[in-house]
Amino acid sequence: MSDVVNVSSAPIVDEEELRHARAQKIEKIAKWVLPALMLALAIFAWDRIVVVNEIPHYILPRPGLVIETLIQDWSILSSALWVTVKITLMALGVAVVGGVGLAILFTQSRYFEMSFYPFAVILQVTPVVAIAPLIFIYVDNRLAGLLLCAWIVAFFPILSNTTLGLNSTDHNLRDLYKIYGATRWQRLRYLQLPSALPYFLGGLRIAGGLALIGAVVSEYVAGTGGIGSGLAFRILEAGYRLNIPRMFAALLLIAATGVVIFTAASLLSHALLHKWHESAIKRET
Amino acid sequence: MTTPSIPPMGQRDKLLQMSNVDKVFNGNVVALSDLNLTVNQGDFISLLGPSGCGKSTALRLISGLMRQTSGQITWEGGTNSGDIGVVFQEPTLMPWATVEQNVWLPHRLRGKSLFEVRDQILWALKMVGLEKFQKSYPRELSGGMKMRVSIARALVTEPRLILMDEPFAALDEITRHKLNNDLLMLRDKLKCTVIFVTHSVFESVFLSDRIVVMAARPGRVSSEVTVDAPYPRTEEFRTSAGYADLCRKASDALHGAMNEHGERASA
Repeated sequence: MSDVVNVSSAPIVDEEELRHARAQKIEKIAKWVLPALMLALAIFAWDRIVVVNEIPHYILPRPGLVIETLIQDWSILSSALWVTVKITLMALGVAVVGGVGLAILFTQSRYFEMSFYPFAVILQVTPVVAIAPLIFIYVDNRLAGLLLCAWIVAFFPILSNTTLGLNSTDHNLRDLYKIYGATRWQRLRYLQLPSALPYFLGGLRIAGGLALIGAVVSEYVAGTGGIGSGLAFRILEAGYRLNIPRMFAALLLIAATGVVIFTAASLLSHALLHKWHESAIKRET
Repeated sequence: MTTPSIPPMGQRDKLLQMSNVDKVFNGNVVALSDLNLTVNQGDFISLLGPSGCGKSTALRLISGLMRQTSGQITWEGGTNSGDIGVVFQEPTLMPWATVEQNVWLPHRLRGKSLFEVRDQILWALKMVGLEKFQKSYPRELSGGMKMRVSIARALVTEPRLILMDEPFAALDEITRHKLNNDLLMLRDKLKCTVIFVTHSVFESVFLSDRIVVMAARPGRVSSEVTVDAPYPRTEEFRTSAGYADLCRKASDALHGAMNEHGERASA
């Protein structure tokens, strides 16, 4: 066998390795170029369809017109965007505090969980559009009402994911903590919370999008205009006035906000997990 | 600092006594029946037996994770939370914590800061040959190295008794032999007392000076084999005729235990 061993000191790179390396390089570029290219193509196709079919701008505006409107109406749209972003982020914040807090209470007492989990599920399965009118009857403050609606939509994934995470600690580690006489607080702080972190972050990514949906949907229901109106109201208003380009501009802002929130949650997740968690570790092969 | 060597068997001070210990689950599953075991300081005891013989249950009772149904477990001079070190079959490390932080755990749970016990952690890591890996994360280590971290964590409180529940069963043979040798070296250095659960006859003979053979249904002590080969035991011992004889003896005892059909259960 020994006579077939290659003794050359130069790095040995066979055909398959080369192909593999090439494929990897291409994939790395394609990861960015492909989505950008497809997006550009879609926008171009949209533009062509409008021009070729001579569709009037009050039915479907050209992409260029949407951008133009976005710039022209920026003072109206930006204040609306700020309102929507504010409600979304506040709802997400309250969802994180409420979801994690409830999850901790649930894992500290089985009886507490048995008693209150059904409420959480009922809140989750009832569509927010159905509850929202009631909320706006009972809650005088419009902002508080919007916040409550968005929170109802956003908190459940955080609650259920974090509960799952807090309960999925390694049983041998739990035994070890018991042997060394750990207190309930120590077990929570050093064992359960770190174990739950990846689950929580997964929940956060979902909740970020849901908070935005909750904020927009509840504003549709709330409907009152004037100062302090968000993007949803601007879309409704533009619809009544057949100002379709402005509808598209507002829609664009909502979509962009969702993407930014998702990206921020993903970056946070990577920053916190990349040192140790399987989901964030790049495999060599 | 050199502690005196471990006295020969028969001259060791008593550490722990289990008398007439029974453990019954759900009111009818007898996991352990009338277990009597005296553990002396410096003993290396292997609990050897088929699955279901209550080896792990015995460890859980000693570690205080479970309470016996009846009978007594008495420690000479009482016990506290730092008296026991435990090594499980899996390394059982916290993946989000570095090697150093993992070894810190027993002290951390007793309210000591990392700074306070830095020397002890370094000492324990030196004992298992991993002092250069303090800042590594468990995922960066091999299976054998992770197990070493687990052993360092068990050593860091300088416990009176180390409980090992099939710690090397999941490792490949070469790594297992290496860790066996290192464990004996550690034991020689630290003069510690070890109870080692295994279902490998060869491992139990190589490591221990007492092999407690257990039988199943109900779990009980069937017989005890004394391994009188002197320490230090090296790779030569593993291939010697004396080792083979002892393995045969232990193997016979194990087969004896497996053929006993719970006479005492029906009695």
